[in-house]
Amino acid sequence: MTPAGSLLVAHDLRKAYGPTNALDGAGFSIHPGEVVAVMGPSGSGKSTLLHCLAGIATPDSGSITYGGREMAAMNESQRSALRRSEFGFVFQFGQLVPELTCIENVALPLRLNGVRRKEAEGTALAWMERLEVDLLAGKRPGEVSGGEGQRVAVARSLVTSPRVLFADEPTGALDSLNGERVMELLTDAARSTNAAVVLVTHETRVAAYSDREIHVRDGKSQTMERVI
Amino acid sequence: MPIAYTLLGLLESGPRHGYDLKRAFDEKFGHDRPLHYGQVYSTMSRLLKNGLVEVDGIETGGGPERKRYAITEEGVTDVERWLATPEKPDLYLQSTLYTKVVLALLTHRDAAEILDTQRSEHLRMMRTLTHRKLKGDLADQLICDHALFHLEADLRWLELTAARLGKLAEAVTR
Repeated sequence: MTPAGSLLVAHDLRKAYGPTNALDGAGFSIHPGEVVAVMGPSGSGKSTLLHCLAGIATPDSGSITYGGREMAAMNESQRSALRRSEFGFVFQFGQLVPELTCIENVALPLRLNGVRRKEAEGTALAWMERLEVDLLAGKRPGEVSGGEGQRVAVARSLVTSPRVLFADEPTGALDSLNGERVMELLTDAARSTNAAVVLVTHETRVAAYSDREIHVRDGKSQTMERVI
Repeated sequence: MPIAYTLLGLLESGPRHGYDLKRAFDEKFGHDRPLHYGQVYSTMSRLLKNGLVEVDGIETGGGPERKRYAITEEGVTDVERWLATPEKPDLYLQSTLYTKVVLALLTHRDAAEILDTQRSEHLRMMRTLTHRKLKGDLADQLICDHALFHLEADLRWLELTAARLGKLAEAVTR
């Protein structure tokens, strides 16, 4: 029972780390342009769910389809290509390369995809303007604030125009004001490009930027009614 | 009564008619709940009786006469005292929800589901407020944030209670 029009769908995911069942029959689905918050207490399995959906971790059983293609049927290089070109990632900490300038960081995913420097940095700058960090282009991550660094990271996650953006506690290291600004810019940018956002958070005020939430408890997910 | 103090405070910048007061109040504080004219006039006549405002002038035109009110020294002192007095923290104590959860446990119903349903409802409200906040001006943002932080506190309670349901069940059914 795949929800019509879903971009990414998971059924009955199970994943154990040793004796611990991180996922125990979790399901998920998301449409293009939709922001879904994945909530739940620490250790509930929400990050594992995100890692499986993004193809970073492989579930022990269950199915994940992206754009109608079964992820388990792809080999690692296909999955890796998918992550590079169709998925974007934002994490809580330490995602920028300290030796590179902010614009080089933002342009990095494009450079890895073989885009020439000038073109890559042009696109990067447009995204940095959008996230209001274009003036930091020449600075290194160590020279910018936490909130600014996170917006640079969001710009980087969107630079390849991903169809799915995975954000794992993207505001976890920020104060309220900066966190809200990041969420506002992130969801606005994602919605305008029709990207789906899988937002893992334990903060309800961050989850309030989503269209709907699913709750993970003991490795099982519970979908709340779709509210838009 | 905040409305009386608010109207008094608005008079500090200069005398106003009842209609001006209502308009100023609605613009700055009314948002979803504008004042009724009746509220303004009954409040003003009480303030007048208590000597906190005085009639500064009366206009007689084609229509009914319009009083212009001015704040008195006592009125200014009153506003000052109100502003300086801390509000009693609102101890809501989640009483209805707590009762529902305990009752569900006592009657062997699914208490976790009650908490889940409530969480979903709280989040729905938070979404509406967040949406409004993003479209609104700074005043809207502050008002919505106040409500959002309170809802967030409720949600933390819901979360904690969900995590303690097992223990709570033992305690209430003992």
